[in-house]
This record gives sequence, C-alpha cells and structure tokens, in this order.
Amino acid sequence: MPIRIGADVGGTFTDLVLEQNDGSFVSTKVLTTHAGPEQGILAGVQMLAEEAGVSLSQVEQFIHGTTLATNALIERRGARTALVTTDGFRDVIETRTESRFEQYDLNIVLPTPLIERKDRYVISERLNARGEVLVPFDEVGAQAVVDRIVAAEYEAVAVGFIHSYVNPVHERRFREMLLAAQPDLSVSISSEVSPQMREFERFNTVAANAYVQPLMASYLFRLEEELKRLGATCPLYLIHSGGGLISVETAAAFPVRLVESGPAGGAIFAADLAAKHGKERVLSYDMGGTTAKIAIIEKYTPETAKTFEVARTTRFKKGSGMPISIPVIEMIEIGAGGGSIASVDSLGQIRIGPHSAGSEPGPAAYDRGGLDPTVTDANLQLGRLDPSTFGAKDITLSPESAATAIVAGVGDALEMDAETAAIGIAEVVDENMTNAARVHAVENGKDLAGFTMIAFGGGAPLHATRLMDKLGLDELLVPPGAGVGSAIGFLRAPFAYEAVRSFYTNTDAFDHEGANRMLTELEAEASQFVREGTDAKLTVERQVSMRYKGQGWEIPVRLGGGTFDAFAADSLSTVFTKAYEEFFGRAITDLTIEAVSWSVRVASVQTKPDALATVEAASPATPLTTRPIYDPIVGGRVDAAIVERDGLPVGASIQGPAIIIESQTSTVLGSHHHAVVQHDGTLRITIEGASA
Amino acid sequence: MSREVDLQIMWNRVISILEEQAMTLVRTAFSTSVREAGDLSAGVFDRDGRMVAQAVTGTPGHVNTMAAAVGHFINDIGPERICAGDVYITNDPWKGTGHLHDITVATPVFQNDVHIGFFASTAHVVDVGGRGYGPDAREVYEEGIRIPIMKWVDRGRLNDDLVTIIKMNVRESDQVVGDIHGLAASNETGRRRLVEMLTEFDMDDIDELAEFVFERTGRATMAALESVPKGVYRNTMTVDGYNSPVTLAVELTVTDEGMHADFTGTSAISPFGVNVPITYAQAYFTYGMLVALAPELPNNFASLAPFTVSAPTGVILNAQHPDPVSVRHVMGHFVTDLCLGAIAEAIPQTVPAEGAGALWNFQASARSANPGDELPPIELLMFNSGGTGARPELDGLTATAFPSGVRTMSAEATEQVGPIIIWRKEIRENSGGAGRQRGGMGQVIEISPTDGYLFEFSAMFDRIDNAARGRAGGEDGASGKVYLDDGTPFSGMGKQTVPADRRLILELPGGGGFGDPAERDPEQIENDKTQGYVS
Repeated sequence: MPIRIGADVGGTFTDLVLEQNDGSFVSTKVLTTHAGPEQGILAGVQMLAEEAGVSLSQVEQFIHGTTLATNALIERRGARTALVTTDGFRDVIETRTESRFEQYDLNIVLPTPLIERKDRYVISERLNARGEVLVPFDEVGAQAVVDRIVAAEYEAVAVGFIHSYVNPVHERRFREMLLAAQPDLSVSISSEVSPQMREFERFNTVAANAYVQPLMASYLFRLEEELKRLGATCPLYLIHSGGGLISVETAAAFPVRLVESGPAGGAIFAADLAAKHGKERVLSYDMGGTTAKIAIIEKYTPETAKTFEVARTTRFKKGSGMPISIPVIEMIEIGAGGGSIASVDSLGQIRIGPHSAGSEPGPAAYDRGGLDPTVTDANLQLGRLDPSTFGAKDITLSPESAATAIVAGVGDALEMDAETAAIGIAEVVDENMTNAARVHAVENGKDLAGFTMIAFGGGAPLHATRLMDKLGLDELLVPPGAGVGSAIGFLRAPFAYEAVRSFYTNTDAFDHEGANRMLTELEAEASQFVREGTDAKLTVERQVSMRYKGQGWEIPVRLGGGTFDAFAADSLSTVFTKAYEEFFGRAITDLTIEAVSWSVRVASVQTKPDALATVEAASPATPLTTRPIYDPIVGGRVDAAIVERDGLPVGASIQGPAIIIESQTSTVLGSHHHAVVQHDGTLRITIEGASA
Repeated sequence: MSREVDLQIMWNRVISILEEQAMTLVRTAFSTSVREAGDLSAGVFDRDGRMVAQAVTGTPGHVNTMAAAVGHFINDIGPERICAGDVYITNDPWKGTGHLHDITVATPVFQNDVHIGFFASTAHVVDVGGRGYGPDAREVYEEGIRIPIMKWVDRGRLNDDLVTIIKMNVRESDQVVGDIHGLAASNETGRRRLVEMLTEFDMDDIDELAEFVFERTGRATMAALESVPKGVYRNTMTVDGYNSPVTLAVELTVTDEGMHADFTGTSAISPFGVNVPITYAQAYFTYGMLVALAPELPNNFASLAPFTVSAPTGVILNAQHPDPVSVRHVMGHFVTDLCLGAIAEAIPQTVPAEGAGALWNFQASARSANPGDELPPIELLMFNSGGTGARPELDGLTATAFPSGVRTMSAEATEQVGPIIIWRKEIRENSGGAGRQRGGMGQVIEISPTDGYLFEFSAMFDRIDNAARGRAGGEDGASGKVYLDDGTPFSGMGKQTVPADRRLILELPGGGGFGDPAERDPEQIENDKTQGYVS
C-alpha cells in the first residue's frame, strides 16, 4: 500500500492523516492558520512524517480538502469581480426567487448579491431555449464592455448568458475578447462551470467561481510549490464537493467545486466503513461544535444532488443562502452541535441553536466567559461527560458553572431545576436531529427502517444511541478515529468527476439522437478530468432527472449502459414509473414524462474491501469505575460503567448503562444498549434487554 | 422524565410531521401554484375540530380557512358517521379555503378504536372544470364542479362514483384525481406517525397535548396583544378593482379579548370572480396582525381565536353563494396592507408602508397566430412581484411577494415549456417610493409570443391607477403600467390579445416609502445612485 497523506483544513482545526504501507494511520490536529492555510498544513505534515518515521519523498499521494472557498463566500473575501449577462437580465442574482424565505418576519433581510449592481454589465445577444440565435452577439457593444472592465481593473469576470447551457458560443466569444484585451484576467463562463438550466442558480454559481478563483488558484499553486520544497514531490489532488478527486489544475479552474469538500470527506469515511462492515443501508451522522450533518448512504455510495446552498444567513433556513448548482454529496445540516446555545422562547418552548458558543467563549462549563447554557453543559449536568477527561486539551469542565447557566438560561423560565432543564435541552436537541433525519429521508423517498447508523465527529457518539432509539434503528457503528473522519475519508475517495447538463425532451417526442449525443459528450468531459489523475479502470454511471409533465420537482433515475433507440421512450417511462413509485408510494398512469437534466459520473474502480465478519461478544470489559448518568428510557439516574476504549480487545463487550471514553469523544450507552468491539476497533451497538 | 419536556417534544414532533406532509405534497403536485407558491397546507386537529398545529407554507390564505374547515366536516358528516378508514373531501369555497380550485381532504384518526382527531390537507388543483381559472364567471356555478362535504373513502372503500363524477367534470382529470389521492395519502402518513408517537409516549389521545398547546399559545398571544393600546382603529384603501375602483374599509377594535375587524364601508360585490368569502379575508387580516405582533407564534386554534371578523353581506369581502370567487386572492391580498394601515396608528414603529400587494401573474393561453396552422394551445403562467413597502428601519424589498409567499419561475424553464420569449425581467429604476427608508422597487418585464403563436390573456393587474401609499411622510411608490412595445396602451383588467409580432411590457408597481425623504442617510442616497436604483 502506498504512503499517502490526507489534509482537511476546517474553520478551527486542520486535520492531517498519514496512511502507512501496512494500512495503519498516524494523525494530528493543528490550528488552522487563516492568513496562509498552507502554513498549518506544512507544519502538520512535518510532524506526521517524523512520527511515522518516513521521509516526505516517500509519500506517493497528497489529498487535500478545504473550507477556504466556502469561507471566502461567507465572509465575502473574494476578488473584485464583474458579472456580464444578457441584456434584460442584469438583476437576476439580486431579485432571486422574488420570495421571502421567512413568512413571518416583517424585518426580513434578503441576502445581498455576491456582485453588486454597479459591477453587473449587459450585452446585447440572445438565444432561445433550443440554442438558436434570436439576437446576434453585439461585437461592438461587447468591446465597449471589455474596455470598461479593463479600465475598472477587475480581478475576475463571470459570464452568464441566457440559455448558454444549450449553446456556449456567445459566452466563449466574449471570453476570447476579454482575454485578448487582458490575458491575465480570471474569466469564468457559466456554460463550463455549471451548464444547467435556471439562470438564478447558474449565474450565482459562475459568479461564485469567478469570485474565489484568484484566491484559490494562488493558494493551491503556493501549497504545491511549498510541498515540493519540503521534498514532497508526489502529485497533489483535491477532494471536491461530489466526493471525488480532481487535479490541482481542475480545482484552480473550477474552485466552486471545492465548496463543502470537508463534509464530503465525512460521508466517504462513513461509506467506506459501511462497505467494510457490509452495511448496505446507512444513516451517517456527524456532529461537531456548531452543526450536525446527516446523510443517507446506500450500497456504500452517498447520494449526490445537483444544487445546494452555501452561506445561509438565517438559521440555516432554506432560501437564505446562495444557490450553487454543482454536484454535491446530499446531506442535511442543522444548527445542533456541542456549543449550540439553549434558550426559552415566548411560548415557553426550549429552543436549541443555531447560535453556538463555539470554542470562544465556549460552553459555560469551560469557565472562559460563556454564560449561556449549551448542549455540552447539559451533557455534563446529566453525567454524560467527565469533567476531568473532556476531549479538548487543557480544559477542565466546571459542573457548577454548567448548572448555573442551565438554571439561568432555561430552568428559571420554566420553573425547572438544573437536572430537569438539562434533560429538556438534551431531549430537544436529540428530537431536532431526529426530525432532521426523518425529513431528509422523506425528501429522498426513503424509509429509515432497517438502516444502520454510523456516528462520528466529536459530539455524535454522545447522542447517537438516543437518536437510534428515537428513529427505531437497531444497529449503530462508532468507528475509531472518528475525530479526523473527513481526512481519513479523503484517502478513500476515488478519482471521480460528475458532468451535468440540462437537456429537455419528453416521452411524447423523445429526442433519442440528441440524448445519445449529449451523454457521449458528458462522458468524454468527465473522463478527461478523471484521466488527469489516474490510469485505472473507470466506471461510468449515468443518470437523468425526470418528472411528470406539469410537476416542478424531478426525481433521479439511473440509466443502464447502451444507447437509446427510437423506442427508448417506452423503456424510460417504465424505469421512471418504478422509481416514482419507490419515491412517493404510487405512480400515475398515462401522463407524459419529461427529462430535464442529465449527468454522467466517471470514477476510478475501487476494490471494495471484503466485509468483516461481525464479532460477537466474547468477554465483558472491565470498567474503570461507575458514575450515575441520566437514562431517558428509565427516566432517572442509573449507575453507568465507565470504560476506557483504548486497549479494548476485539470481542470485548459492554452492557449499558455505560460510557466508553476516548481522547476525543465519549460513547453513551443507555440501559438497553449493548456494545461489542469489532475487528477494526469499531464499536457495534445493538439493542439488548429492556427496549424502548 | 418531566411531563413538560414530553409535551414539548410531542409538539415539536407533530409540527415536523406536518412539514413532511407539506413537502411531499409540493413535490408531487401538478399545480404550478402549489409548487411555486406553496399554495397548500396541512394540519392536525383534535376530535372537536380545533387545530392543534399547522405546517408553515407559502399561503397565509389557508391560515384560518383551513382551521375552520374541519368543524364543517364534523358538522356535515355527522359525528356518529365518523368511522376508522374514512376520508372526507370538499372544495366548497365557503366551507374550505375560498375558491373551488382548493380541494381539502380530511382523515379521522382513531387510537384503540376511539376517535381522537383529524389530519387535513388542502392543495390548489390544476382544474375544476367550468370556465377555467379566471375572473370571468358571473356565478360560482360557472367556475366549476362544487364537491359538497362527503366521503371520498368510506371505511376503507373508495367512492368510485365520486371519482367518476370528478373525472367527467374536469380537464386534466388524471392530474386532478392524482392530486386528491396525494392529499389522502399524505393524511394517512400523518395519521400513522401520530399513532406511533402516541404509542411511544403511552397516550390514548391528543387531548393533553392539545390543551398544553392551546394554553401556551393562548397566553403568548394575549401577551403579544398587550403591546397594542385598546381602542378603535380605522383605515380605507382604494385599489383598481376589476372594472371599477374598489374601496376596502376596516374598523379594528382592540379589546382585552382580542382584535375584531369589521369591513363595513367596503365596496359592493363585483359582477366578476374577484369576490372574497369572508374566511379568506379573515386569513389575511390574521396573518397581518400575527406577522406584526407575534411572528414567533405558531398557527393553531388558540393563536387564531382572538382574531374575529364581520362584514355586511353584499360587500366584496363577504361574498355569498352564488357570487363568483375564483380569483379571490387579488382583493384578499390587499386585506393585509389594509389592516396593517389601521393598526399603524397604534404601533407606528412596526408597520411598513403599503406595497404592490397583489401579484402580477401573467396567465395566458398561447394560440396559433394563423388559424391555418394547427398548433396545439398551450397554457402559460408566470408569477411576478412588485416592491414591498419600506419598513420603519429598513428599505422595502425589491420585486418580492408580500403578503403572498410566491416564488417566481426561472425564465429559462418557462421558455423550455411554452412559446414565449422573456426579453427582460429587471429592476424598475426609480419605482421605490422615496422616504427615510425607500420603498422596494418593482420590475420591468417584456414578453412576446414566439414560434407562430399569439397570447390571449385575462389581465389582473392592480395598482395602475392607485399607487402604494407611503407612510410617516414617505412618498408613494410608482404605479404600474401595461402597454405594447409599439406604444399601444393596455388595460390592467380583462381579456386582451398580444399579437405574434409584439412585445407586452409590464412595469410593476413599487412600494411606498417610510419617513421624510430629507432624513435619508446620505450614504444610502449615494449608494442608490451608484447602483442605478435612483437616477
């Protein structure tokens, strides 16, 4: 096995993992160096190499994911960017969907457009929906816009013309003119960045790409350079939001594809664990300090969506962010983390988040100035955390401060003591995550019965067994190394690229030749990106989004291999009807079916690990001590065994109530939960004895 | 565990169940207004028909109407005929949500063989027969099929006769019947989830939960109402109406018990289908008051109960059978600004200036321009919004719907399905009313038929003769304009034709300004110029 390094740059920490020849890992966490994120990586890489006793020249692959692009969008720290659009559509990114994302707020503030109106230019040109020219490209007017852009010294230009996803000719012509006038200008065109129908989403996506492009390109090339200087001459690859690897050059040209790469790593980590344990239907649950992320993984492959929102301004609410239409691993994210603050609203209801105490000042128990009660404070009050062995270094938790904050922030308003109020906080945050998981399942047409949950991230193992009960699941896996899950996930990602394009046709007059041509082009495009990184055998997955005529929501339908013939409409109808039934429980006959957008994902073939045999309980683990913890099923305190995870042999079993502690998190077992250590150190938790 | 915590968890749970129901309906619905406007709702009720919780959707119009509907179901079906396995249906404008296009389906819930409550859901369907969607009918009989409250499913058996009757009386019958099945299925999902929850918490019924919800909400609602000084507040507002101006009038009485709106003084019933059943006016009144006073409160029996209405019969806000009511939303949407205007005297730091109010929907039938060409007719629908009124501390919202929750559709997507070219959809400069806070700007839209088609359409554009008024010294927003690109003026109301070679130009109204324009922050004035919002 080659020596490889994965590096995940997050908002607070940079996680690094080095995988050795024998498949074992060394890992480290360093603080993210915001001024130049490569500095943190370089420091961490040297630490890892030293610890593992390898020289950087032996490293064969370096895989990187970063929130840098996301943060630049959230904090609006991008390049001075102009947006050039078709005459008549200057304000598309400002008027958005013409709606309010919050119905009951007179003082709602809509997100400001990424590019201000004064920086938005228009050109006379127009295509129709079939890509035919209605108004020819105005060369003279375009040259005048080029001159203004050069004179105003923009660093980047985004170009988005109406219907360019069908015919890119005008966008390409305009890029030529821009580069002729100023060859070093960063130019992004929407027909390349995101050739999907719907101008609001596409224009935003190309604007976001242009906006972060200079920053990201310079960062990536700097990192590559610095790694070489340290002797790491191996290729550098980036993980993209869809969960695959791309080259530095592709990432620098399409940096918007790097948004959400960290969470993608987490989903791949879970998918890999699912494969290792032979779990075909998995609910991945990742909880950190600020948010919880939940994804559905079937047959070891996370689902991807074609559009998502970044930089939500209001309580993670749909519609309050910036739509980005690129392939992304589908997940739901809610404001529920260890640092999420609990409060009581005007109805006397306990509310959790979305505000987080973060790491500064942190939960009240940190005694660093935080006075608001958080989820962590409630966990401490309920005995689920040990004040002296909390995950974060140099922090001793204060139960007194936690109790005081819980009473002041929640208890007083509801006439509850610290214990009852803490129960309320814990139950509400667990209910919120449970509801999010259920809604996400419904959104994807899935029933969670029979799913296995995989929990990772610092907070998830504390809450996972309660979620498992509330969702009615019977199996939970808590992998080792969960604290650096995303970075490990990076090392499990295939080389992969998903090319997406809108192409409208329907079953009344199915354009099979057009569909064949387009799928061939998409496959060629995706393969080209993948071939930049690997010579391995490739798999091709093709998908089309379809709906009944008259509907506004499409569902994804997987296509087999081969080309369409004149009778394709019939077979497509059959496939769609089956998929629709699975999604919504019933199909409707005799209606025309529309195909809206198409995607081809090309990926390097990965050898699936042989599923590990399930290890049954062999010998009970010996607890260090016991501690009373609150058990919601029992409805009161029970004596929990405290067990140290490090050093537990394969087959060791722990019957709840118990807490299994490790350096970065703790796994809580209720009275009816039973854990057994598996071959790879994963805890497999099932329901045993008294059940919910 | 504390009962308090249990009840809070259960309250969260039922709201989540309803959100799931609403989401599934949005995704499967065939009607454009359901998927783009969230023109649907879902609620859970106790056995007496009191609404315990409702999904938050894009349609304030369903707020009270839906809450009242289940009471009518209990009454008309008869409590003794309510059985497990039943599903009820109606689209009666006066017992449902105000026009025939909304179909409401209710499903009783049983736990241990005892009737404990209902799930109900409503969605706007594609067609109900009659003249098709539009204001041109003179009686509700012309507007389509009217389904009285009856059993869609009787103890598990589908009422095939009713299905056949509906199929024979509507266009696109597969889609309509498909949507009704969808409503019934979503109630069934809700019912199952509720029963699971009751089993989990070891409960026989939802009475304890309902009391908890009503007690909490009732207390919070009354607390919110205390911020309004007791008294009587009045307002009138004149809008364009269908073919003659309509004056809307309200007298709001605030007492210790709640708020009452009386619409005496409002113009008489219109001969066209813009009349409003009073439950629908009540919905937009209640929405306006809740959004201003208690935005955090959920909709349920207790939050809605303090808001009551009355009006003489024969006014446009109290339509009676058989008055036509198909497009009751146009006048209905103005009720929010009307009532906010009245209460502004009491809470001047909360209430915005008037906005464009009613949507400028472009609903057209594309027909072959040459009678010789046999092009199939195609129906087109676009939702478009003008500007909202300036807020006391913030500018108004540009090209954004209020009080409706409608979204616009992508121009590219619209052009993919119909013979239309949308040449322009852009901010209308200088249209926001000046003020310390500027009104939201309207937009300019240019559209033309293409591919050998022309458009026939029923215009329903208001605020052409009557601009949105400013507040507290703010100026009025710009009024709307409708014309062809050759200068031919168009009426804002009634059936008209856009020829094949012409563009229709719509200039949508802006919102009113708030406060003296002289007090506007110089930086904001400068920015308005830099961005080209004001020239």
